[in-house]
Amino acid sequence: MTAQISIQDVHKNFGSKHVLAGITLEIKKGDSVVIIGGSGTGKSVTLKCVLGLLTPEQGKIEIDGNNILRMTASQREKINDHIGVMFQGAALFDSMPVWENVAFGLLAKNKLSREAARTLALDKLALVGLGEKICDLSPTDLSFGMQKRVGLARAIASDPSIVFFDEPTTGLDPIMADVINDLILAVNDKIGATAITITHDMQSARKIGNTIAMLHQGKISWTGPVSDVDNSGSKVLDQFINGRTEGPIKMALRA
Amino acid sequence: MSTNRYPKTQIKPFQFLQAIGRVILSFLMTAGRLSLFTLEGTSHCLRGPWYFRIIYRQMIEIGFYSLPVVGLTAVFAGMVLALQSYTGFARFSAEGAIANVVVLSITRELGPVLAGLMVAGRIGAAMAAEIGTMRVTEQIDALTTLSTNPMKYLVAPRLIAGVTMLPILVFIADIIGVFGGYLVAVYKLDFNASNYIRNTLEFLEVSDVVSGLVKASVFGFLVTLMGCYHGYNSRGGAQGVGRATTNAVVSASILILCFDYILTEAFFAK
Ligand SMILES: Nc1ncnc2c1ncn2[C@@H]1O[C@H](COP(=O)(O)OP(=O)(O)OP(=O)(O)O)[C@@H](O)[C@H]1O
Ligand SMILES: [Mg+2]
Repeated sequence: MTAQISIQDVHKNFGSKHVLAGITLEIKKGDSVVIIGGSGTGKSVTLKCVLGLLTPEQGKIEIDGNNILRMTASQREKINDHIGVMFQGAALFDSMPVWENVAFGLLAKNKLSREAARTLALDKLALVGLGEKICDLSPTDLSFGMQKRVGLARAIASDPSIVFFDEPTTGLDPIMADVINDLILAVNDKIGATAITITHDMQSARKIGNTIAMLHQGKISWTGPVSDVDNSGSKVLDQFINGRTEGPIKMALRA
Repeated sequence: MSTNRYPKTQIKPFQFLQAIGRVILSFLMTAGRLSLFTLEGTSHCLRGPWYFRIIYRQMIEIGFYSLPVVGLTAVFAGMVLALQSYTGFARFSAEGAIANVVVLSITRELGPVLAGLMVAGRIGAAMAAEIGTMRVTEQIDALTTLSTNPMKYLVAPRLIAGVTMLPILVFIADIIGVFGGYLVAVYKLDFNASNYIRNTLEFLEVSDVVSGLVKASVFGFLVTLMGCYHGYNSRGGAQGVGRATTNAVVSASILILCFDYILTEAFFAK
């Protein structure tokens, strides 16, 4: 099967800081890919490049065979229609209540009446364990963990075929984290959406991922099926999943 | 590897030229970025679809909620104007011209400029802070991923509201300002009320009022444009948003005074 998302030799610098130094990654349709890597190694930057929010200096990014770096804004909009994103910092719109946040994509396209959109938003909020009580509040009145769950509900609200989750379980208690893991699995399995998850949480990575990709020093240093992570033969990956201080990942090399 | 992070200050031959070059380059880059932003924002104003709900909300914010501030400014401006011109004109017994001076100064100059400056402080700052916060909390990125063009959703409605509401605001301010002059003239300087009103209307031409309203429209565009531009390009957390807010107010104020001259020259130069 050909790749749905293909990232080829992507470089991204901020001033003199080289964040991505030739990332290459192929993501198959319907796969669940988990990207792991140290804090500040460029996981979120990679995601933003794929979403077209940052423009890489070099490289090629294709979604469904279309080079997204050569597209006009309106062509990108069409592609974004079937992409859902959960941001690391939730990024909820604080000028509107929670339910409008969840239904934003549907309301903006005038696909639904406001009543229907509200009902749908309530359904999606229920999936992430949030009830009707909070749906008319401003997002600023919620705890960060709740905000992230609203962000997740928004990401899956318009049944996208590709979903990105940037650290979906950070800031959640272990039980809620597992609920979210199950939800991501359900989105991937039942709806058949391609899921790309960024996480530090190895337990959740093992649970939701089919494929693991390890980002280190601006490159994908290891990628393979989740069953291989324990005997990958990669020192970088070994050190990361076991959380050891000795190894190729040096504190001084970070950031 | 011994890279000296803080080298001793020494004059290198091309340092001076480099500094000049850097300043010019960054100026050109800003000018280019602002031009592109203006073009894109304006083109989204002219091309649908429009977000009427947001346009409406911005219009209320600019037109309605600025009324108290602008009205107060206008009434005091009119009052001071009447008092000042009285002390001046009394020296050569031309007190009769006060009504004229007040109405012409208000409609042609003070109404639009004062309203523009007040709205710059009120609306320009608020827009820069709101859009700036949306930028640094990735809400603008989120808009894009939800297939909503942020220029169309955030910038265009504000520009439309600014261009349409400031003239209305200034028209009301004109009336209030003239009324302020009337108050001082009649109740303090003992002018005859009906004479004062007749003098006010006698030499006033439609072009005086219209030129002021056209100015107001341009100022509305400048204020909202600066608010949006600085907010949209802000970076660096709370401090960056603060800087964007300051820059929006300062640049809008300077542009208002600058365009005031250009427009006055264009309207009235013979
Ligand atoms: N807009 C920006 N301007 C300058 N540098 C940036 C910008 N965005 C990210 N960076 C830098 O890029 C590097 C990677 O950032 P990124 O947010 O991708 O890290 P991450 O892998 O997602 O980390 P975390 O796990 O902590 O979220 C960091 O060193 C950061 O300082
Ligand atoms: Mg990140």
